[in-house]
Amino acid sequence: MKVTIDGVEIDVPKGTTILQAARMIGPSVAPPAMCYYTKLKTSGGYCRTCIVKVTKGSTANPNPMPKPVASCRTEVMDGMEVQNFTSPEIVEARKGVVEFLLINHPLDCPVCDQAGECKLQDLGYENGSAKTRYEFKRREFEGIDIGDKIKLHMTRCILCYRCVKTAEQITEKRLHGVVHRGDASEISTYIEQVIDNDFSGNVIDVCPVGALTDRTFRFKQRVWFTKPVDAHRNCDKCCGKTRVWLKGEEVVRVTARKDMWDEVEEFICNSCRYDHKKKSDWVIEGPSHISRASVISQGHYEHLNELKVEAMKHQKALGFMDIDKRP
Amino acid sequence: MGAEVHGTQSFDKKKRAEIKFSDAAMAEVKEIISHYPPERIKSALLPVLHIAQAEFGGWLSPETMDYVAEVLRIKPIEVFEVASFYTMFHLKPVGKCTFEVCQTSSCWLNGAEDIVKYIEKKLNIKVGETTRDGMFTLKTAECLGSCGTAPMLQCGASFHENLTYDKVDKLIEKYRSENRLRSYTDKDYQNTL
Amino acid sequence: MGRKLLIHNDKVPNIHTLEVYRAHGGYASVEKALKNMTPDQVTDEVKKSGLRGRGGAGFPTGLKWSFLAKPEGVPRYLVCNADESEPGTFKDRYLMEVIPHALIEGMITSSYALGAKASYIYIRGEYFYVARIVEAAIKEAYAAGWLGKNILGTDFSHDCYVQVGGGAYICGEETALLESLEGKRGNPRIKPPFPAVAGLWGCPTVVNNVETIAAVCPIVMMGGEEYAKIGIGKSTGTKLISASGHINKPGVYEIELGIPVEEFIYSEEYCGGIRNGKKMKAVVAGGSSVPILPTELILKTAKGEPRLMTYESLGDGGFQTGTMLGSGGFIVMDEDTSIVKNLFTFTRFYHHESCGQCSPCREGTGWMEKILKKFLNGTANESDVELLWDIQSKIEGKTICPLGEAAAWPVAAAIRHFKHEFLEIARNKKFVDVSHYNRLNKVTA
Repeated sequence: MKVTIDGVEIDVPKGTTILQAARMIGPSVAPPAMCYYTKLKTSGGYCRTCIVKVTKGSTANPNPMPKPVASCRTEVMDGMEVQNFTSPEIVEARKGVVEFLLINHPLDCPVCDQAGECKLQDLGYENGSAKTRYEFKRREFEGIDIGDKIKLHMTRCILCYRCVKTAEQITEKRLHGVVHRGDASEISTYIEQVIDNDFSGNVIDVCPVGALTDRTFRFKQRVWFTKPVDAHRNCDKCCGKTRVWLKGEEVVRVTARKDMWDEVEEFICNSCRYDHKKKSDWVIEGPSHISRASVISQGHYEHLNELKVEAMKHQKALGFMDIDKRP
Repeated sequence: MGAEVHGTQSFDKKKRAEIKFSDAAMAEVKEIISHYPPERIKSALLPVLHIAQAEFGGWLSPETMDYVAEVLRIKPIEVFEVASFYTMFHLKPVGKCTFEVCQTSSCWLNGAEDIVKYIEKKLNIKVGETTRDGMFTLKTAECLGSCGTAPMLQCGASFHENLTYDKVDKLIEKYRSENRLRSYTDKDYQNTL
Repeated sequence: MGRKLLIHNDKVPNIHTLEVYRAHGGYASVEKALKNMTPDQVTDEVKKSGLRGRGGAGFPTGLKWSFLAKPEGVPRYLVCNADESEPGTFKDRYLMEVIPHALIEGMITSSYALGAKASYIYIRGEYFYVARIVEAAIKEAYAAGWLGKNILGTDFSHDCYVQVGGGAYICGEETALLESLEGKRGNPRIKPPFPAVAGLWGCPTVVNNVETIAAVCPIVMMGGEEYAKIGIGKSTGTKLISASGHINKPGVYEIELGIPVEEFIYSEEYCGGIRNGKKMKAVVAGGSSVPILPTELILKTAKGEPRLMTYESLGDGGFQTGTMLGSGGFIVMDEDTSIVKNLFTFTRFYHHESCGQCSPCREGTGWMEKILKKFLNGTANESDVELLWDIQSKIEGKTICPLGEAAAWPVAAAIRHFKHEFLEIARNKKFVDVSHYNRLNKVTA
């Protein structure tokens, strides 16, 4: 099926959503997504950040769609034409969505562990407005410990439902959900139960904001001062392929590996996440790939070894001393 | 908000063990469950919650919700998610008679605000509060479908419409003398359409 | 007097019983359909009748029925939307309370047309006592053989159940209703798929309003073409209107679509004019979500033609100068009414009823309510009017379900037609509720 997004045409299989098609073309046309998650069934449709304008429905029915559609939940039709960043209407509408997501957000980035890898920060920076027009008291909730490993800051939650779907689809038993309704909705367990099963830690990785954070990492380091490396170990519960976040020789946290859309590549078990915090537990493969747009990329050298070899070649050619053999 | 609604509520295992539908209520629950294909009994959740609320003190305690989960063979969180979504399920104790005064457009146009103020003064409570004797709780409600007979209030299954101060007086007197729990599931409703 | 097809017998004593209902010609449409018509013929009559969904959206019923997928071996369902919650609307309650068998008869006839072996009547929880009335009527119908196995000795068997809700306006949205019926939170589903393909428990389902289903009976009896002769253009048949507000005779009226709005408001047959000799200021013609119109625009279109009670005439002029027939929740306001405060009650309502799934509605409705509260406190600025306008524009059309629009339209219309009221409050830094004293007169101490 042929679909054109912001003037770029691509051929995609039937059943592909507009968002997936846009991601196939690349980041220049891909809409931001806060709730959609490729690996979670029925995710998406809630946050409305990925809305796009369908200017031509299909070759068979060329009528435009009357309202903006959530690209994550709308399948492409052959001959469909879509406007994303090229539509001023969509850019403006998305600005509105960002504003809605932020009016009740505490903007406590300076004390939030998610800062530096927060999708809402990125969204606000790239698609929002610099000023807020909201003058009322923001919604407040107490922080809750869901067990000894996960902290829930409901104030920061954007109700993307990713963690609920993760608990339902990845773990054995869902113990938490969305309770109450409207702007009083909140993520909650039933009478503060502890969420504890082998895969529960994955809710931290799928959370786009700092609503669910790793208590074992809490306040230890700002992420941009750590060095993420891809590592693995033999694990009988999960794939064992993780991202280990180092500060010097210390393992400050373990997460799943994420792809270029910041989605988990493979979910990992709690044992890998929490119980293997020694560097010797892991076979380190090399520095993780971090996007240049990310603040974490500062001070992060992905190709250090190659650079070193390169440098040594030049130094040798110039007759310098081998840098590794300096006194 | 979180801590206020459920965080402070403890789960009492002893209380939980005592909760059990009466035979009559259980028969009603079974009748409702028979309305759906066997693998879809979760569909009975809302009607069963209504029965549970009427049966166990007019509100849904964590213990009650846990019991309903067991009866319908679903997870307790699924019950909590639903119970907290709908306005008719009280997650905190309420008085025997809960007055829900409609305040949306047509009722407002016809003096609902004055009715609320009058009840507040008369019962010496504010909206959201319960009288000290546990008899009355005052709440406001959004459109209850009595726009043509505004202003109105709902108490349990009964709609009291075309309210005047006088009617409110009589209502309070009557309910106080009857002194019993008024539930949505009551079969002896009075309506004034 | 206009013709009445739905509530013509509403004053007959004990019409809620099967015996009296039957004596007045009740269940004739079931007899006619099951004995003399094929299911497709019933659907054809509904198509010919031009009947449009009476819940508010006005979608052609016959067309909706024809979308129903019919895969082999998969059950199909008819679900009646009796979650009447649109402020200003109470017609379904009246119909179910007074003539419950009219709905049940419609359920059987419609289910026959759709091939549904089971149907559910989802009644809003607050109408618990109405559910009791309908349940009692269903019991009577079973006992008399109108429901159950092999109705009237035919192959057609049908079960009809009542389901009560839990208090949520959003469950009037058909996919939220289905979620609720499945025992879940009333969160609207993301479409497609539509219920006609995957509805209740994933099976093909038709969801229709109470009045729509009841209207199927007279259509089957008189024939679709005959029904279509009532009304004007694409607004065929009769419609129940719930009239409330500052009128002499609030209540439920059955009108032939096409009567002038002016006649409806001022004639003795219907609303009987404005109470206390006051002048009319504005009308919300089709339930809280439709745009409010000032007197001059509700009585006459922008072109100066008399406004009629039809989908088209009320919609004439688009949202600039028109409105919608909607659910038929007709709220009349007199000259003392504060449009700003009335809007506040609407916005508070939508804030209260937002399910919270999608961000524009979840956050936007509460924000609008807070700003309107500023007007009532006398702390609003002129710039708040622009802000309100901008917020509603960013909710409208950006949400999963139509509650976004329902919340945005009243705000937009109030500003469009009564901007001066907002500005006046903002300039004087003072809100005076004049209508307050007027109301006190009615509420006697």
